[in-house]
Amino acid sequence: MTDDIVIIGGGTGGAVLANDLAERLDDEIDAGEVRVRLLNDGPDHVYKPVWLYVPFGKREPADGRRPLRELIDNRIEIEDTRVTEIDTDAKQLQTTTDATPIGYDHLVVGTGSTLASDEVPGLQEGGHDFYSEDGSLALREELLSFTEGHLVLSVIGSPHMCPAAPLEFSFMTDDWFRKRGLREDIEITYTYPIQRVHGNAQIAEWARPLLEERDITIETFFNAESVEPDEGVLTSMEGTELDYDLLVAIPPHRGVDIIEDAGLGDRGWVDVDKHTLEAEHAEDVYALGDAAATGVPKAGSVAHYQAGTIGQRLASEVRGQVPTAAYDGKTICFIETGMDSASFVEFDYQNPPSPIAPSQSIHWSKLAYNESYWLTARGLI
Amino acid sequence: MEIKGVGVTMSTSIEPTTTVDARGATCPGPLMDLIGAIRDGESGDVVRLLSDAEQSRTDVPEWVEEAGNTLHEIEEHDDYTAFYVEKA
Ligand SMILES: Cc1cc2nc3c(=O)[nH]c(=O)nc-3n(C[C@H](O)[C@H](O)[C@H](O)COP(=O)(O)OP(=O)(O)OC[C@H]3O[C@@H](n4cnc5c(N)ncnc54)[C@H](O)[C@@H]3O)c2cc1C
Repeated sequence: MTDDIVIIGGGTGGAVLANDLAERLDDEIDAGEVRVRLLNDGPDHVYKPVWLYVPFGKREPADGRRPLRELIDNRIEIEDTRVTEIDTDAKQLQTTTDATPIGYDHLVVGTGSTLASDEVPGLQEGGHDFYSEDGSLALREELLSFTEGHLVLSVIGSPHMCPAAPLEFSFMTDDWFRKRGLREDIEITYTYPIQRVHGNAQIAEWARPLLEERDITIETFFNAESVEPDEGVLTSMEGTELDYDLLVAIPPHRGVDIIEDAGLGDRGWVDVDKHTLEAEHAEDVYALGDAAATGVPKAGSVAHYQAGTIGQRLASEVRGQVPTAAYDGKTICFIETGMDSASFVEFDYQNPPSPIAPSQSIHWSKLAYNESYWLTARGLI
Repeated sequence: MEIKGVGVTMSTSIEPTTTVDARGATCPGPLMDLIGAIRDGESGDVVRLLSDAEQSRTDVPEWVEEAGNTLHEIEEHDDYTAFYVEKA
């Protein structure tokens, strides 16, 4: 009998897991005892962190795309298809390309985040973002020719991908305009939904004085309610109105609909045990990365570490052993603090973050990490 | 902590329109869940937020006041707190 492992999503989590399983279960796969399939709705693997640099003209979206087939071990079957339904009772999936359902013994959901700009009236027409390929290109059009006025960076969605990115973008724009002698004519405002400048108290405490030093206006308790694209006005649920010339938003996020339809969790996030990553509402289902509601940041590093945990657990399960590997909440994150300086944080469920002093060498480490990402996805580092 | 004008009780008769169970979520999860429910609701709706995060006891009243909504009741349970918030 063959154990069928199916992974939905060939993003950071799915790709790292597929390669992890190919290595960990190589004998079983070769003997035909285990079959691993990776289903992704497109032929490419997309590395989203590149998008932060696109609006500044420093990177192209193509720098963040590679064919999955080049990255994934040949023993893994890759299918370019979109899963349209998960039936956790029958343990099978409907897809856009297969007439018959795909059965599984073990399912891993790694479907990531999607943007839900439509949840805020006027945002699609009036706002820009660097959280999608198209968005980062459209923002580049505006940003490269922006020489005066009010730039508002508004964090609307929470949770959102890469909690550090809105701060990074704010620090980078400040530095970029300063170096080009334009900062005097450009006002920058940073808005955040809660009373701090970041969800994490330690990072908020570290970031606030940096924002203040750089004359970035802070608006906390600001939950964008609507955007008036013609007038250039952003209004919050708390009743504050901001006039903007360029609105850069972190839009509301959702997971994909199939998760809620399958009863696995709300808004497309799978309810999981935060240590074992097993789905709470179904048997033999794991979730990882952005799709897993663990409470830790939606970050590639998280997806990467979680893939290691699930790889070990699945290997135990197919060998008939009790799985014991657990995810400890480990998150690492580089935080750009300008165009050529950065900080770094590392934390887990037990230990809070403590950002280290920004330096140029950490900035180079972040760029090097981004370059070496293709080795990470291959499972080599 | 004492919050002016808000009843802190062991049980209440207020009928919530929706309940948001944010128990187990770390900060700012519960507050963001409440904000999401208020965003989706209609004026006059009462959201019942369940949270076991200590910080919610300060975060929630602060935000409710800032946003001009009404915090009707804080209900104490053994291992969590329920907040009854009416959308303005
Ligand atoms: C601007 C930006 C900067 C970032 N910077 C960093 C950073 O510096 N460090 C960091 O750690 N993280 C960063 N992140 C976050 C990081 O990119 C994500 O957290 C990470 O990609 C999550 O991995 P994942 O595998 O969960 O999902 P994803 O990488 O999003 O992959 C999900 C995959 O599932 C596929 N899929 C979805 N639904 C279906 C379906 N129904 N059927 C088939 N396939 C499906 C998608 O097409 C996609 O390929 C950043 C994100 C952004 C937007």
